[in-house]
Amino acid sequence: MKAPDASASRQALFARPFESTVVPLLRDDVDTDQIIPARYLKGTERTGLGEGLFAGWRYLSEGQKDPEFELHQPHFQGGQILLGGDNFGCGSSREHAVWALMEQGFRVVLAPRFADIFRTNALGNGLLVIDLSAESHQELSRRALAEAPFSCRVDLSNQELQWAEGGRFSFQIDPFARGCLLRGEDRLGYLLAQASAIDAFEVNHPFRPRTLLKIADSGDGDSGSSARSES
Amino acid sequence: MSSSGGQAASKPRTLLDKIWDSHLVLPEAEGVPSTLYVDLHLVHEVTSPQAFAELDERGLGVRRPDQTLATMDHSTPTEPGLNLVSLGKKDPQAARQLEHLEGNCQRHGIPLFGLDSSKRGIVHVIGPELGVTQPGTTIVCGDSHTSTHGAFGALAFGIGTSEVAHVLATQCLLRSRPKSFEIRVEGRLPKSVTAKDLVLAVIAKIGVDGGTGHVLEYSGSAIRSLSMEERMTVCNMSIEAGARAGLIAPDETTYEYLRGRPYAPRGEDWDRAVEAWRRLPSDPGASFDRQVVLDASTLEPMITYGTHPGMAIPIRSAIPTPEGLEPRQRSSLDKAMAYMELEPGRPLLGQAIDVVFLGSCTNSRLSDLSAAASLLKGRRVAPGVQMLVVPGSQQVKQQAEAEGLDEVFRSAGAQWRESGCSMCLAMNGDRVAPGHYSVSTSNRNFEGRQGPGARTFLASPLTAAASAVAGRVADPRELGHLDPGLGTSTGASTSDRAVQAGKEVV
Repeated sequence: MKAPDASASRQALFARPFESTVVPLLRDDVDTDQIIPARYLKGTERTGLGEGLFAGWRYLSEGQKDPEFELHQPHFQGGQILLGGDNFGCGSSREHAVWALMEQGFRVVLAPRFADIFRTNALGNGLLVIDLSAESHQELSRRALAEAPFSCRVDLSNQELQWAEGGRFSFQIDPFARGCLLRGEDRLGYLLAQASAIDAFEVNHPFRPRTLLKIADSGDGDSGSSARSES
Repeated sequence: MSSSGGQAASKPRTLLDKIWDSHLVLPEAEGVPSTLYVDLHLVHEVTSPQAFAELDERGLGVRRPDQTLATMDHSTPTEPGLNLVSLGKKDPQAARQLEHLEGNCQRHGIPLFGLDSSKRGIVHVIGPELGVTQPGTTIVCGDSHTSTHGAFGALAFGIGTSEVAHVLATQCLLRSRPKSFEIRVEGRLPKSVTAKDLVLAVIAKIGVDGGTGHVLEYSGSAIRSLSMEERMTVCNMSIEAGARAGLIAPDETTYEYLRGRPYAPRGEDWDRAVEAWRRLPSDPGASFDRQVVLDASTLEPMITYGTHPGMAIPIRSAIPTPEGLEPRQRSSLDKAMAYMELEPGRPLLGQAIDVVFLGSCTNSRLSDLSAAASLLKGRRVAPGVQMLVVPGSQQVKQQAEAEGLDEVFRSAGAQWRESGCSMCLAMNGDRVAPGHYSVSTSNRNFEGRQGPGARTFLASPLTAAASAVAGRVADPRELGHLDPGLGTSTGASTSDRAVQAGKEVV
């Protein structure tokens, strides 16, 4: 299992297809507070979050894992593909949810639909999120439960999910996200390359809030010691 | 926006279109999202440390510290008198996170309202309060409730930490244009029915994912008659319907609120700004991808019974029964009832409660505190109920104290705290005990949101106060007369004026 770091998005994580067990977590509206509760967000790193993953669901009491919880069931161990329910990742913008899933070893999440912020966070970190049609979701859910451990092959290049006996679904994905994941391009690098366009834009931008530093300089800023960067 | 004025004769545009078009550094092209310029970046301690670390790893600086503003709210203690040293003993991890933010702001020259600053507060309370939040701008923050700022006609949305790094380094984001969704609310809100009830009704109607992929624009006579603080409550909860952002077109109410605030334009700049702001509202005939219409006059105080904000009912109604629900709703209901230990088909009214939380970026402004105080004055919080009042900012706290609201709360037996996010997400030690029931003015009733095993009923400040007195879920319309000296439930224009004391005299 690989701990995510800021450079994960700069690796061509999906250049080659890969195969793994599908872990079904068939609940709708799984919010990011369930994926990782706020009390685990007090760190300053992207790591150390795996323990908090689904903390409200996976422990019977402090530190004692619930063997019934999907992630703890023997045939789902090591699975890198999470199969979620509708509206996966709703709620808070905490990217820790994505880091925690990746720290647990997940590389792909399949669901009928994802919440907007979670989707952006996931793709930006190299966690591939794939929207499934209702029929595909139904079939994969059935197989993941009935044929556990059910293994699936993720082929981003051809935008296909494949499994034994020739089963396959094709999926749609934002072409820019696809390109980034296939080639290991990173979004920040892409934005940094636009520096001259941003410079030009700023010159002509018609309006923006009264500059904060100027206010601080003119003595309107706060004089509290913890706000010393203002003075 | 002046840059787009030349297109006035072309297709009618929405408020969203106008803000979007005027912030395009590079337009969307085949297979590539547009580059969208960010006017204002708000920063707090929880979602920024890893972003600053990424800048360090890549040897990058902050492009526009003058368009970045930081504060401390999420891990921040609300007990009076705590400082970084005492916090270090009580919660070293939280103290370290706050120190990290201080260090990062200092190194990069970012203005910070830290622990002992009189301007500190919840990031979505202080932006508007200081006048940093302005119409027609783009605003982002590593926090999903950034949608709050849309009340001013700003395109404001939450981002993750990777994108916090993008904005720190480039002041831009890669984005495709979202779809537009008009939520038109006509008519007049009945007495004791608040903006919180309105937005809970909207979410119940369109669903927790009804706004996914969209920006909501709230319009109609009911929205126009809301105060700025009420509009913020509405836009705040747009994300609870799945929409990253909510918008309300600016109008005289907006300008009146902003005029004279410390970071608002002044003199000729102010006149020019207002002139530009007047061109922002959606053009007549502008089309939206989706639309719904609600009648405000039929709304009642709302309360949630389940484990997401869409599971809300009028306070006198019964919890739905599984019969007749679609499979998806039925499984959500089963799951929620098991967690909440409640019975379908039964009303919530009269349900015994343990905690009342008045606070959060949804409902912690002066008008919210005034409304609750109007019901609590001369009354007591019921025995066995703990009530926590957490103002949204230090300025709201000072203003409330100047009006004697703190005394009303204290005399009623409630705790009066320093500002912060507090029990909304329970990461600073303020939390609801396992199995306990809380009536909360916050925005999320997710499992464990207010603490492991905590059970949350979301409601308005009036409903929260009435429930505190009753010790049970209560209908605020049944709790006698309102004290005329402490504002009224819907008289928010009074409250907006009351906040003016926090404004700078120009």
